[in-house]
Amino acid sequence: MIAFILTAISAYLAYLIFTAGSWTGQELIAGGILAIIVAALTSGFHFRNNKIKCNPIRMILALLYVLIPFFIEMAKANIDVAIRVFTGKIRPGIIKYNPQLKSDFGIMLIANSITLTPGTLAVHVDEESNDLYVHLLNIAPGKEQKGSWAGKDIFSWFDLSAWVRRIAE
Amino acid sequence: MDILTLVVYILLGIGLFFNLVGIIGLLRFPDVYTRLHAETKTTTFGAIFISLSIVVHSLHQYFHANDASGLSLSIHVVLAILVLAFTNATGSHAIAQAAYNRGQKPVRAVVDKLAEVEFLEKEAEE
Repeated sequence: MIAFILTAISAYLAYLIFTAGSWTGQELIAGGILAIIVAALTSGFHFRNNKIKCNPIRMILALLYVLIPFFIEMAKANIDVAIRVFTGKIRPGIIKYNPQLKSDFGIMLIANSITLTPGTLAVHVDEESNDLYVHLLNIAPGKEQKGSWAGKDIFSWFDLSAWVRRIAE
Repeated sequence: MDILTLVVYILLGIGLFFNLVGIIGLLRFPDVYTRLHAETKTTTFGAIFISLSIVVHSLHQYFHANDASGLSLSIHVVLAILVLAFTNATGSHAIAQAAYNRGQKPVRAVVDKLAEVEFLEKEAEE
């Protein structure tokens, strides 16, 4: 029952967001009926177990994470890649990176962040030890023989894996 | 010229510049992984700036001309950025893994930890 109500509420919120600016009484009622139909059809699919993690502090942290550290790292990575596109100075390689995260959601978030940020691209995820195999565009000379990299070796200003640990674990 | 129009043009210019860098990188880099670097990062970043210019323009329409479609357009564009960021990263990860499993070695690589791991696994099986 709680799954049904939560799905209906989130479907109605999504409807309100998509139709913002043209709300009339009839449209709001039609949206409510649609939300109930959607919830009846999909609530069993969206909630496979009853452990619902929905902490508002984590949501605010996630928004903050996207707006400040992630965006700054992304801008820096893009300028770096742009310079390397024009000069052609690259020293690529695949390294092992252990983000020290356990949950699937955390791994998904850090792998996506890593692909968009600091000259890196997630190639392979080891599902037992949760290691990421990451392709780097430019490895600093002398660093390539290092066994396993930590967050502070990859990121320069913000340690994104620490942020993801706060959001997703 | 209106200051807001200028802001819209600057944001569009930044977005187009990064998309152009992505295309040049796609042509210049030697192998699949480095090309994915250029393509994924710069096109996502460029798309964010192009979308920001749309948001500025449509919010200006909403507040000055009181045109309600401006608000809904800007919300749709913000949702599009979110979806684009997630699908672009996931897609490039899938392409990179498929290329690696297919046997594409990274060109000019100074280190390849993944190959070492697979070598050790093969040794263990034998």
